[in-house]
Amino acid sequence: MADPRVIVVGAGPAGVRAAQALVEAGLRPTVIDEGRRDGGQIYRRQPEGFARSYPQLYGTEAQKAKDLHDSFEALRPHIDYRPETLAWNLTAGQLHVVAGGERTAVLPYDSLIVCSGATDRLLPVEGWHYAGCYSLGAAQIALKSQACSIGKRVVFMGTGPLLYLVASQYLKAGAQVAAVLDTSSLSTRIRALPALAARPALLWNGLKLVAMLRSAGVRLMAGISPVAVTGDDERGVSGVRLRDAQGREHSFECDAVGLGYHLRSEGQLADLAKCHFDFDEPSRQWLPRIDEDGRSSAPGVYLAGDGARILGADGAEAAGRLAALAALKDAGRPHAVVEMPQLRKRLATMDKFRRGLLQAFPWPHQLASQLPDRAIVCRCEGVSAGDLRATVRDLGAQEMNRAKALCRVGMGRCQGRYCGHAAAELVADAAGLPIERVGRLRGQGPVKPLPMSVPLAVEEQA
Amino acid sequence: MSSQHVQTDVVVVGGGLMGASAAFFLRQRGVSAVLLERGLVGQQASGVNFGNVRRQGRFLPQLPLAHRSRDIWGRLPELIGHDAEFIATGHVRVVYAESQMADVEKYATDAKHWGLDLQILGRSELRKRFPFFGPEVIGGSYSPNDGHANPRLAAPAFGRAAKRDGAQVIEDCEVLQVEKSGQDFRVNTSSGLTVTAPAALICSGAWGGAMSAAWGEPVPMVPKGPTMAVTEPLPYGIVPVVGVSTRIEHEGVYFRQVRRGNIVFGGGRRNPAYLDGRRANVNPNWTLGQLHELRRIAPALGKLNVLRTWSGVEGYMDDDIPIMGPSAKVSGLYYAFGFCGHGFQLGPGVGDVMAELIATGASSTPIEPFHIHRFTSVPAAETAVVNA
Repeated sequence: MADPRVIVVGAGPAGVRAAQALVEAGLRPTVIDEGRRDGGQIYRRQPEGFARSYPQLYGTEAQKAKDLHDSFEALRPHIDYRPETLAWNLTAGQLHVVAGGERTAVLPYDSLIVCSGATDRLLPVEGWHYAGCYSLGAAQIALKSQACSIGKRVVFMGTGPLLYLVASQYLKAGAQVAAVLDTSSLSTRIRALPALAARPALLWNGLKLVAMLRSAGVRLMAGISPVAVTGDDERGVSGVRLRDAQGREHSFECDAVGLGYHLRSEGQLADLAKCHFDFDEPSRQWLPRIDEDGRSSAPGVYLAGDGARILGADGAEAAGRLAALAALKDAGRPHAVVEMPQLRKRLATMDKFRRGLLQAFPWPHQLASQLPDRAIVCRCEGVSAGDLRATVRDLGAQEMNRAKALCRVGMGRCQGRYCGHAAAELVADAAGLPIERVGRLRGQGPVKPLPMSVPLAVEEQA
Repeated sequence: MSSQHVQTDVVVVGGGLMGASAAFFLRQRGVSAVLLERGLVGQQASGVNFGNVRRQGRFLPQLPLAHRSRDIWGRLPELIGHDAEFIATGHVRVVYAESQMADVEKYATDAKHWGLDLQILGRSELRKRFPFFGPEVIGGSYSPNDGHANPRLAAPAFGRAAKRDGAQVIEDCEVLQVEKSGQDFRVNTSSGLTVTAPAALICSGAWGGAMSAAWGEPVPMVPKGPTMAVTEPLPYGIVPVVGVSTRIEHEGVYFRQVRRGNIVFGGGRRNPAYLDGRRANVNPNWTLGQLHELRRIAPALGKLNVLRTWSGVEGYMDDDIPIMGPSAKVSGLYYAFGFCGHGFQLGPGVGDVMAELIATGASSTPIEPFHIHRFTSVPAAETAVVNA
């Protein structure tokens, strides 16, 4: 029997560990990655010629980052590695890729392991379209990759563990952090402690970050409601305004803002593979259905890492390996199956922690549905909260794809990545429907913008 | 499920552009109408097509209907309170080969007798007016009063106007069975609603063939999906709709720029479509093929990015001519479906003509070439069972 053709999408923690398990079993997988180097977002490697040390770049996670990079270096001779390559579309048994923005190919597969990672979940706020507003993830990439700060004086606003991590990384790098403003209250975090105790080391790290920020004199506020990012079209961001838990208004001057409300799974490839999605109540997101090993509802398609469930880097490593073992088993090439129960157990613990994080740092959906009419929701297409409400009220939209068709929400470059979650909250609120009833924006290729200069594709023989 | 009964003058099956505009124009004539739509109004072919409001290039006997429709497109705000983003930008069909230029010239001569004035443009004249064309383009034909509109908005706008004027527009309501007893059609639906009416109009697009077949009038129709896409926005500057006149399928692409700045394109190869799944998927290779062809027409398009692709389910007749007019077998039954990927421009005119035909017994615009009797011969069934 010929070796199954296996493609791994993504070279972050999940993708690398998946590829490693496949290589151990004697296969030569293809690894597609958008990045210029391996590591994914969390263990993003700096460009060649940059000389920051592992502890400088990755802090407490330095050893894990080094282990992952070293593992990948060792895999290189045994895999077909394609960096700077976008899996832009997917059809039954075929992955459509474009490399370097210019070389197209069609790659046939028997098994596909999608480790597509996560992006920031964003909540619009009035003024978030001014230059100087970044997502937390983008703020972190600027620092990790290029050693750049997004501004001289930065406010971080939103919620979730990344809020404190990025703020502390900026502080360590020498940037001025004006404030860290969290929409979650201290009491929700305290209530989540039992679940968070599932991973005591991680909980301890988080507490240390907060203590470090506080002792450095950074203003930390909890239970806030963002009011606006202030600024103008010419000069961009000049500050933020917010209300504290008691309803008093505060403002901070700054020239850049990092925004983020925890993370969202990148589900486009799973969607194009026609995987079934379910509404996940704790995160108020639609997630692809997977079994405990990462099998999706689409035959031959496996999902692992933050692209399937936001479990963080350790969870991604375990899920990536488990998905690969499942794929091997399903292909009649059982390998290291004895490890599978152990990996499942680790993931169950991590899922408990995931739920704890969602409890500690809840998505403040009421802030989305209460946005003032003038606030821009869809930055790509300039669709305001008022436009969305009118689409529901006057045009009868009761569902996200209908709202998209009628008012363009989610039709721009980001294809709803930035605005889709908040837009769904607004549509649900205006229509008087529970959030799960308004559905989700359907994924449509290309996964990311496709240059129109690309040539016709050739089908590669595996 | 609650059972409810409604009696009306005309029951319209299918809320695409044809059905929605028919319901609207029936109300304009004071005729009561119930529009039954299985999903949402304008969700299938009417909502996913290119948005061409083009007359040139059509089957010549279709031009009277196309003229009538073009007149309605220009009056949408006064009629339905929404312009559906229609703009009369002009439409230019370009060619790569001398032999094709001769075809285009002949069409322009013939179309004149059908009331359509076209301007033939040679290589230099074409470039003077539209400097974005590439070197392979040798000339073309310009139709100044054609244009484009937004297919996502048009059918829903007609549906809302029909409702405003008193039609019952019922969405998420699937027709399970249509039967005729005595003078009335009786329509049973998935929501428990029963509609009876002396006239029934079938506007169910690619699904229309199953309906007509159930009445003993099968038609040769296959579903296919267009290959559509849109680019990121760029400053507005390409005014006319552009299409290629060719006999080579993959060369036949077309594009238009919307005021917002994005370029919508389509054409070339079509995709398989699935009636049961109500979906068609874009073959990514066809999209890449379109990019190649677009760069031939206008090389600068190669500097843009594609943001999104889509397809949908369209019904294609084997003679590339739609079904429109009365049933040949059942009195009170009417059809308007199977518009072969070129129904968007005709939509408002089709609704107006069908309303006139049903209300008065005759159409003042000739539609005989589209009658279903060109395909039918077997006797009528007493009961049509659809999707049962």
